[in-house]
Amino acid sequence: MSYLKPALKHPSLPKNALGFTRRDYEGSISTLCAGCGHDSISASIIQSVWELGIEPHRVAKVSGIGCSSKTPDYFLSASHGFNSVHGRMPSVLTGANLANRDLIYLGVSGDGDSASIGIGQFAHLMRRGVNMTYIVENNGVYGLTKGQFSATSDKGSKAKKGAINTDEAIDLVAMALQLGATYVGRSFSGDKQQLVPLIKGALSHQGVALIDCISPCVAFNNHEGSTKSYDYVREHNESVNKLDVILGRSPIAASYAPGEMTEVTQHDGSVLRLRKLHDDYDATDRVAAMNYLARHKAMGEIVTGLLFVDPEAQDLHASLGTVATPLNQLNDASLCPGSSALEKLNAGLR
Amino acid sequence: MPQPLSATNDFVVKFANVNGSGSASANQLFAKSILRMGIPIASRNIFPSNIQGLPTWFEVRVSGEGHLGRRGGVDMMVAMNPQTWDRDVAEIDAGGYLFYDSTKPMPASKFRPDITVIGVPLTELVNAAYKDARQRQLFKNIIYLGALSALLGIDPVVIETLLSEQYKGKEKLAKSNQDAFHMGRNWAATNLPPIGLKLEKSDKVGDRIYIEGNAAAGLGAVYGGATVCAWYPITPSTSLAEGFEKYAKRFRTNKDGTKNYAIVQAEDELASIGIVIGAGWNGARAFTATSGPGISLMQEFVGLSYFAEVPAVIFDVQRAGPSTGMPTRTQQSDVLSAAYASHGDTKHLVLFPEDPRECFEFGAAAFDIADRFQSTVFVLLDLDIGMNDWLCEPFAWDDSKRMDRGKVMTAEMLEAGRDFGRYLDVDGDGVPFRTYPGTHPTKGAYFTRGTSRDRYAKYSELGSVYVDNMERLLRKFETAKNYVPHPVEKKASRTTPYGVLYYGSSSAAMQEALGALEQDGIHLDAMRIRAFPFHDDIQRFVESHDTVFIVEQNRDAQLRTLVMNECGIDPAKLVPVLHFDGTPITARFIRDAIGRKANSVEVVPLRKAVP
Ligand SMILES: Cc1ncc(C[n+]2csc(CCOP(=O)(O)OP(=O)(O)O)c2C)c(N)n1
Ligand code: SF4
Ligand SMILES: [Mg+2]
Repeated sequence: MSYLKPALKHPSLPKNALGFTRRDYEGSISTLCAGCGHDSISASIIQSVWELGIEPHRVAKVSGIGCSSKTPDYFLSASHGFNSVHGRMPSVLTGANLANRDLIYLGVSGDGDSASIGIGQFAHLMRRGVNMTYIVENNGVYGLTKGQFSATSDKGSKAKKGAINTDEAIDLVAMALQLGATYVGRSFSGDKQQLVPLIKGALSHQGVALIDCISPCVAFNNHEGSTKSYDYVREHNESVNKLDVILGRSPIAASYAPGEMTEVTQHDGSVLRLRKLHDDYDATDRVAAMNYLARHKAMGEIVTGLLFVDPEAQDLHASLGTVATPLNQLNDASLCPGSSALEKLNAGLR
Repeated sequence: MPQPLSATNDFVVKFANVNGSGSASANQLFAKSILRMGIPIASRNIFPSNIQGLPTWFEVRVSGEGHLGRRGGVDMMVAMNPQTWDRDVAEIDAGGYLFYDSTKPMPASKFRPDITVIGVPLTELVNAAYKDARQRQLFKNIIYLGALSALLGIDPVVIETLLSEQYKGKEKLAKSNQDAFHMGRNWAATNLPPIGLKLEKSDKVGDRIYIEGNAAAGLGAVYGGATVCAWYPITPSTSLAEGFEKYAKRFRTNKDGTKNYAIVQAEDELASIGIVIGAGWNGARAFTATSGPGISLMQEFVGLSYFAEVPAVIFDVQRAGPSTGMPTRTQQSDVLSAAYASHGDTKHLVLFPEDPRECFEFGAAAFDIADRFQSTVFVLLDLDIGMNDWLCEPFAWDDSKRMDRGKVMTAEMLEAGRDFGRYLDVDGDGVPFRTYPGTHPTKGAYFTRGTSRDRYAKYSELGSVYVDNMERLLRKFETAKNYVPHPVEKKASRTTPYGVLYYGSSSAAMQEALGALEQDGIHLDAMRIRAFPFHDDIQRFVESHDTVFIVEQNRDAQLRTLVMNECGIDPAKLVPVLHFDGTPITARFIRDAIGRKANSVEVVPLRKAVP
């Protein structure tokens, strides 16, 4: 069971540009296990949307099935949400996006949902460049069905009951880069400092944005021998950059040595200010990013940060040439050719 | 030798061709020229599942009486495919005609003594006139068209006009085709004696049009306001999505080149239906077109549409068999898998168009029905109506008609304080209100999931809440009975204990069989079912007859099962008449089957059955 939180508001809560407090972006009380990484991601989503000053009802939340996919109920209760079927969030969200290009689309999925049953839809959504933020809450197991290995589980990783995973892991970040995603990041549910700006950048990105967020499952995958536990991820986390998302022009506060800081302006005017933590990392070079990731993965590092961004991204609507008015708002006059056109058609069929 | 067949405006010509040889366009001209002479025809492609090389047949039934079903039998075979020669020759009715390319001599054993053989040296003629290999192949078809026109009495002016229309703006091409046509025509006129099959101008076509059901359904979707189409190619449904694209491009492209529609060729049928449901949830009218194998893949999503109450339209152009089996043959074999699609207690709205005209009409209406009932609507075509050109009533549209978007709560209604419960039955018809995402800043948002939620879309796993919702869904289905297209009844000329139920593409053959059976002394009241859930009239119809035949194109009598199940009818009363070899059902078949069965059923008059 989930419960709505009492709507009591503290008068001194901070407000965003629209006058909303963070409470206005919350949802029902979570039913997940205490300490589950997914709950931290929900908190980061709330923080991001609040900071960006998006009206909550302008967001549409879509998910598949799993503990992770349940979370859209736990944030943004003023947004419409759709808990669809297992592994098919990408198609449902694609359809929703086609129907109304004016909303902001947030897809939430799990590693089983996206890398196992839904790998096909994941891949094709990346190829099509649907304008959305795609968050995979990656715990390396099927939480909801009680701890089986998922397809992102690392080879050699140990299950809670002792079994060793013998299958190669799917790296969704590597796939997304290869398939043309235009904003790709990896993060850790336990690192809000890194995750919040990544989500903000993704929500302002005008194309497909993937965030692979490692999110430990405290019930089934947080033990010694797991490569998705809090301890393991903290030890192996290598962040390549630090991101700030700036809405509108604001002066750079600190001074940086040349080459240390890059700014990327996205279509919507938002500026991604990237401070390099690794000298040889360029987040605007897709091929270099792929190489870097492969090399550092071999070294046992979990590379995090904004890994790639293409500020010139185009989305599916641009490829299809759809009208600017949302399709779900077109009226009879713009949809139905009427009887005289039909008469002409009839004449040509005799 | 039997008397050579003699008939005017009433015979069957079958063309045996090699797939990919360019014969289709000549055969189309043949068919259309007869229509232009005011004589009704029914034409059918019989083709294999490949692109080039395998045999393909085109059958034209000329019927001055206007019978549009397949007749069965062949009066003239145009045998252009050496591969299938033996079976083609064998198929000709006694006294019939064989038209062939006589360039190469054939042994006498290759013919039959009981038919008239008409040899035209097509290869010789075409080789003498053309050098280019492709030209030779294409013009050979036009030359046989010319020869046939002389033999059967097709007005040459009609063909010339058709060629000019076809090659509008390419006068040279039109001219060279016309020349080839006359070459064949003149040769036949000079060298061949007249035959017994004749065409005479008539006025039986009226203002009817000639089009395939798939294109008509695609056009219907344009008129019905569909804006999102997601599909995955599969025979025989592909030309439906292509039809939508063609007409949408023509009618829905804005001056600046932007489009008032979106078409996605998805990666599979799971994605197609997922996209449709996502779009429907978000307030766009969306559809997919597929066939049986796709329907199998879509099952889980169709159930989601039922429980989450999301409108969707699925055009299912039925065919025979999974995998490589018979994809180019027709059947009505998805009735049950559509009506009861998915897991859990589900039932779906299904429409059964009889011809392209209804494909258009239902193709448009399906979107109103889907929006009104917030559920999946299946439109069940089949290969026979979908991929063959049919003569049918012209398309009509009432310009005062507006889309029925169903019960949608707007920002104004929410603002005015209307109580919004996503699954609340406010009007007693089982149909709740929905909101589109993004409607209002603080009101009307809800979380969509399969089940386990109450009338206000709040999460709940209580059994009583689940039952309450399931019972409302039944009420909604009950409401739909009157909203979907009603059955069409045709009474026999006298009172009779016999009734017959039929649907979809069996309609034309059924009409013809009814007349023939009447001549045989078997009178039947007939009812054409056009939709599921069944209107109460269907139950009344069955109850008011002692024996009711159900004519279907599948093995398992699927509609009969549905009628038994939904109307609680004694199976003994419902006699199946089943045709399922993959070819379209014929009037001859129905007449024989019902004739035999009617004579063998012991009809117990209703009065006596009551104790
Ligand atoms: C078609 C189908 N098959 C299986 C299931 C059962 N199932 C529910 S959730 C789940 C795995 C979810 O794993 P993941 O996406 O990693 O989510 P997590 O619970 O780990 O967050 C499975 C197999 C289902 N709901 N539907
Ligand atoms: S089972 Fe794992 S993933 Fe699911 S709620 Fe518990 S900790 Fe989170
Ligand atoms: Mg998981």
